[in-house]
Amino acid sequence: MQPLNALRPNGPAPLRQVQPARAVRRDPAPSKWAYRLQRMMLTPHVRVFLRTGLPTLVLLGGAALWLASDGNRQSLVTMLTDLREDFEARPEFSVSLASIEGASDDLAEAVRARLGLDLPMSSFDIDLDAVRGRIESLDAVKSADLRVRPGGVLQVVITERVPVAVWRTEGGLTLVDDDGRRVAGLVSRGDRPDLPLIAGEGADLFTFEALDLIAAAGPLSPRIRGLVRMGERRWDVVLDRDQRVMLPEKNPVQALERLLALDQVQDIMNRDILTVDLRSDHRPTLRLTPYALREMRRDQGIETVENEL
Amino acid sequence: MTDLYTSQRTMRNMRRAAIQRGVIAILDVGTSKIACLILRFDGPDRLREQDGVGPMAGQSQFRVIGAATTRSRGVRFGEIAVMNETERAIRTAVQAAQKMANVRVDHVIACFSGAEPRSYGLAGEWDLQDSVVTEEDVSHVLASCDVPDLGQGREVLHAQPVNFALDHRSGLGDPRGQIGHRLAVDMHLLSVEGDVVQNLLYCIKRCDLELAGIASSAYVSGVSSLVEDEQELGAACIDMGGGATGLSIFMKKHMIYADSVRMGGDHVTSDISKGLQVPLAVAERIKTRHGGLYATGMDDREMIDIGGDSGDWEKDRRQISRTELIGIMRPRVEEILEEVRATLDAAGFDSLPSQQIVLTGGGSQIPGLDGLATRILGQRVRLGRPLRVQGLPQAATGAAFASAVGLCLFAAHPQDEWWDFEIPAERYPARSLRRAVKWFRDNW
Repeated sequence: MQPLNALRPNGPAPLRQVQPARAVRRDPAPSKWAYRLQRMMLTPHVRVFLRTGLPTLVLLGGAALWLASDGNRQSLVTMLTDLREDFEARPEFSVSLASIEGASDDLAEAVRARLGLDLPMSSFDIDLDAVRGRIESLDAVKSADLRVRPGGVLQVVITERVPVAVWRTEGGLTLVDDDGRRVAGLVSRGDRPDLPLIAGEGADLFTFEALDLIAAAGPLSPRIRGLVRMGERRWDVVLDRDQRVMLPEKNPVQALERLLALDQVQDIMNRDILTVDLRSDHRPTLRLTPYALREMRRDQGIETVENEL
Repeated sequence: MTDLYTSQRTMRNMRRAAIQRGVIAILDVGTSKIACLILRFDGPDRLREQDGVGPMAGQSQFRVIGAATTRSRGVRFGEIAVMNETERAIRTAVQAAQKMANVRVDHVIACFSGAEPRSYGLAGEWDLQDSVVTEEDVSHVLASCDVPDLGQGREVLHAQPVNFALDHRSGLGDPRGQIGHRLAVDMHLLSVEGDVVQNLLYCIKRCDLELAGIASSAYVSGVSSLVEDEQELGAACIDMGGGATGLSIFMKKHMIYADSVRMGGDHVTSDISKGLQVPLAVAERIKTRHGGLYATGMDDREMIDIGGDSGDWEKDRRQISRTELIGIMRPRVEEILEEVRATLDAAGFDSLPSQQIVLTGGGSQIPGLDGLATRILGQRVRLGRPLRVQGLPQAATGAAFASAVGLCLFAAHPQDEWWDFEIPAERYPARSLRRAVKWFRDNW
């Protein structure tokens, strides 16, 4: 039987309860070495090393170990080469056609032969500089412009050399352009009657001067047979009737213009003279034909003893 | 003197170096807990003017980035009693704080409450060479103070110039550059047992840390708990710790007296333990949850289960009323306060113009303490909480952390001490190089 003063089950409980004492926690102090390790890990240098240095070292070391084996190195090289070849052999990079522009048919044929490529081939394998060098070694080609166009076309744009004169040498006739470079050989003068004829050693190097002289010749032009480079330093203009105009080294064009003025006034060039020597600035010197000379002396009453010397 | 001088000066240099590096640790070695705070110094310019934060006496320079406390082991009366236990406790606190801050600290500033601090007031006088006070004159006048006999094995912990007087003008804070004939200084010197300091040094060294400063916890809790006008007008700070109750009197922003009573909260706990026949851990829990100092009628009805695991039903079901608990606690708290009263009387606290008393420390959290202290110590008693510093966790803002927070302020902005001034050349050994330099400078 319950006593009368017993607490009811739902009656007021004691106001506060103290929790039974739990076991005292183990001493949480770190050991000396744990403490030192933690301090070391907090050191800035160590942290930087662990974050960057150590992974780098591990990666490099692993790579070095793997590469130390010969077979691994070989297979790596093979793999890289295969990869590269696969990439280069893709159809996007294959060049199957060469288009040559700006050249006459004959030249185009010659250029095509000079390309030396067996198309189709990959654009990585074409050494454009070498091909350009080969093409430009042709005399008739002034410059070549090569590019690989989309669609696998190798475009070759050629600038031809334009012949401006015919150069007669002992070996034969040659067409030269204004730089004096050989363009092509010529079988006979009659093939290119439109071009002036030059001759003499070193004439090709001064073609531009020859062209200037011919342009300045004016009324004498139809009579010009050609120009001769004398002693690699000055020009002679050879006219028909074996007449010859000897021009100075310097300012040959002005000298020629002076001669033309003289010709216009005194009609010299139609006279019976052999040579007009303009090499001296001070005066032109004329050489008459022997017949004219004799006649002139006879007119003036000068008797000469003539001999062959 | 030179030995102490150099060691204190080394610590000052180390403190400066640590602040330059930006991280310094604060260690409060107490009887009931060891607290470690880690401060980061970012320089004074981090807070802008528009934030509404002024320089605040150097407090805005630092923020707390790590804080940890641990139960103290092996410390009695604020002194280290068991060396390796204390070392382990320091290690625990430092490791946890480092983990929170995620930086490594090498320099630590420590404070402790025990070691029987004794205050001395020193006075010195010096006739100025020329009529302007120079830094050299200040060190001369500090050197002219005659140090009393401190006793066997005692060392100087603080030696702060409190007041300078020039001719008949007294109360100068900084006399440099002023004109007069005779400079006088009042200095406050606090001496402690040298062995205690050596033990603490050894413990900290064993933890791979370097000591960058040392302070009395009575002083630093006064720095943090007294507000500025209290420090200026005169007030006493009573830091009721676990094993010792520190006492410091401030006036004109300088500590002028410090002492400690070797009784504290742990004695209350042991009284409860003895009176109720319970283990210390249970007694501590009962004290903190149900403790008080004033019994009311309600407390008679408030029954506390004491518990126990003896297996004896009668013993394990014991209950006491809260009144009984208060009856155990109150005499001990009264005794502590009486001792403090006696110490204050001995220090001449009555003669101060303002007799404000501030209670702080973990022991000041007993409910009703302010009422009891008012009856014993005088009318102007308040409970103090430490200053709020930046980044301090909420758990560490209570009165129990007054000395830790004060130590932060001490680290950031220490007062001038004796060793911050140069030793006058005459005090150097006879063949010192500096003496030769001085001779040259005087004669040419």
